Amino acid sequence: MPSSSTRPRGRKGFWMNLVLAKTDTGPAVGNVFVRTHGRLPGAGPVADIRARAFEAYKRAGLPHRRIEEWKYTDLRVLMRDVLPRAPQPDTAALARAKAAVEKAAIEGAAKLVLVDGLFTPNLSDIVQLGQGVDVRTLREVLENPANEGRGDLLLTATTDAVISLNAAMVTDGVVITVTDGTVLSRPIQIVHVATTSSASSFTRSYLRLGKGVQAAVVESFVAAEGARAYQANDAVIVSVGDAANLAHLHVVADEADATNISSVFVALGAKAKLNLFNMICGGAVSRYQGFITLVGEGSALSVNGVNLLKDKQHGDTTLVIDHAVPHCTSRENFRAVVDDRGHSVFQGHIIVRPDAQKTDGRMMTRALLLSDEAEADNKPELEIFADDVTCGHGATTGALDESLLFYLRARGLPEKEAQALLIQAFVGEAIESITNDQLREHVIAAAERWLEARG
Amino acid sequence: MALLEVKDLQVRVEDREILHSLSLTVNPGEVHAIMGPNGSGKSTLSHVIAGKPGYEVTGGQILFRGEDLLEMEPDERAAKGVFLAFQYPVEIPGVATMNFLRTALNAQRKARGESEYSTPDFLKKVREVAKSLNIPQDMLKRGVNVGFSGGEKKRNEILQMALFEPNLCILDEMDSGLDIDALRIAADGVNALRSPERAMVVITHYQRLLNYIVPDVVHVMSKGRVVKSGDRQLSLELEAAGYAQFEHAA
Ligand SMILES: Nc1ncnc2c1ncn2[C@@H]1O[C@H](COP(=O)(O)OP(=O)(O)OP(=O)(O)O)[C@@H](O)[C@H]1O
Ligand SMILES: [Mg+2]
Repeated sequence: MPSSSTRPRGRKGFWMNLVLAKTDTGPAVGNVFVRTHGRLPGAGPVADIRARAFEAYKRAGLPHRRIEEWKYTDLRVLMRDVLPRAPQPDTAALARAKAAVEKAAIEGAAKLVLVDGLFTPNLSDIVQLGQGVDVRTLREVLENPANEGRGDLLLTATTDAVISLNAAMVTDGVVITVTDGTVLSRPIQIVHVATTSSASSFTRSYLRLGKGVQAAVVESFVAAEGARAYQANDAVIVSVGDAANLAHLHVVADEADATNISSVFVALGAKAKLNLFNMICGGAVSRYQGFITLVGEGSALSVNGVNLLKDKQHGDTTLVIDHAVPHCTSRENFRAVVDDRGHSVFQGHIIVRPDAQKTDGRMMTRALLLSDEAEADNKPELEIFADDVTCGHGATTGALDESLLFYLRARGLPEKEAQALLIQAFVGEAIESITNDQLREHVIAAAERWLEARG
Repeated sequence: MALLEVKDLQVRVEDREILHSLSLTVNPGEVHAIMGPNGSGKSTLSHVIAGKPGYEVTGGQILFRGEDLLEMEPDERAAKGVFLAFQYPVEIPGVATMNFLRTALNAQRKARGESEYSTPDFLKKVREVAKSLNIPQDMLKRGVNVGFSGGEKKRNEILQMALFEPNLCILDEMDSGLDIDALRIAADGVNALRSPERAMVVITHYQRLLNYIVPDVVHVMSKGRVVKSGDRQLSLELEAAGYAQFEHAA
């Protein structure tokens, strides 16, 4: 197939002047960083890297629509400001967090809980993880002077302003290392709980899977009772060893006025298998950005995603899949259901490097618009530098099929129920990629809650 | 009281009148056959009775047991006992047949204030009905009508009818696509539902179906009107002489 590069133009021009006028990063976060810098975990090299990351953030400011990768998700408009960091949760906050964790817990999974950005051992199940699995907190790793390269933990191959901000401000996270050949008997669920309103949290976790490891990891984002308008900024750095098999799920079920910025970095080893799944069914503004590099030959990547958006919710899934070596496959399959004035964004960027012959990369995006004011933007981008590859993308946008709706209603289903059945079928096309029954049921239940809340 | 009364019904689709002052009365216990050339408005009538959107009723009324059917949502009509076996049943990928059948049956029961079926009771009922209609279990495991042959789709319609036990069954060309054995089995299924309270409207092009489901009244539709009504004899005459005799009557 010939190389092709698609960059649809969109609605850039109209906003240009507006954005130029608004370039300040907001004073709040600057002050917070200066005030708390000395108290953030990790001295010496870590502190230096934090300071540099903060400088980088300050230079760029919050991403806005003139930055190509953020053209549909202008954080200066949607987020306005970065809020002050949440304080250490007190006893009452932890009690509320506990209730939220119980509600979000997946039966049978081992939980690792981060409350307002701090690992909380009392709510976590570390002891149950078994042999071959080592879990530490990012805080202890950053603070241990014996770890020479510890500052590097705050560096990533790709940076943008939100990732720099994460490096500067991060308080905690989990560092999970799984030794070669380990088969995890149960899924790990990292639960992020926000308990404080109008505050932010910054977390960063590592997932290092050795050769032949088999694991399933879910990240859940939820609010404790009463937490409103908070901001979560999370980063996960994943390395998948040769012939390993990982299912990584990310479920954003935040409070309706929260902001969630999640960045995932993956290096996928030879003959490894990775199934990524992302669902945004909560929050006011959510961005899930994945940077996945296929670094070993013969690996298979599948990314499935579902956005369920209503009211004025904004959900953005942005993926950059980098085929660096030959003989790998990647599949992206994305479904958006948008009601009211919701806005769904999918950006899929596939890069095929000159050496990556026999690459097979495809993406399919389908959006279902349930109201006239709902919006779905789709930006596929293929950058192909090898000549013997198969790459393609497809997209559809439409309303529910009237003739199917009528058939269901003629059989007695009220309108909302008929719609719900068709919506479930629609998102099922992505959800069915989850092979673990419990995890799939967990995601289906979250989708059903969204449908019920629709009324 | 009549079960179904269609009075002077006028229906438009996209500014074109398709039914012109159509009237039809169906009493409980009766079987009516409607015959008529392609495009005469038979399916349109059945769709309007079932409540399909896209049709504009510009005159007349439809009463079901004296109640104004046109005021009701399609699902309310179904809960009241109106059932249309579609001429062209749609495929619904991703919706499992069993889930669909249970959701629909329980939605109807709920709307009528009846208790919902438990899963075991429901399964038992579906299995019985499927068996009597010679429908294999694996058909029920697939998405609704997905990959079904034309005849299988029609059988699935009859299955739903037998399961929902409606008061008024409108069968729009249930015989098209059915092989001879399937036709007999489906007709047996329809006949098993015949009762003094229930009525059937059988739309067909072929006299053969009426040998199995014997009608009390036969109507001929042409160009959006009922142009002649009679007893069974009428269908035999049509078979011999065709519709040419009605071309001008309309
Ligand atoms: N949605 C529509 N838009 C435009 N015209 C329509 C529409 N639906 C029906 N018609 C027209 O109305 C007329 C009646 O169609 P209808 O399907 O009711 O006929 P029928 O008697 O069921 O025919 P057949 O025996 O072929 O099934 C036809 O001329 C048809 O083209
Ligand atoms: Mg017809």
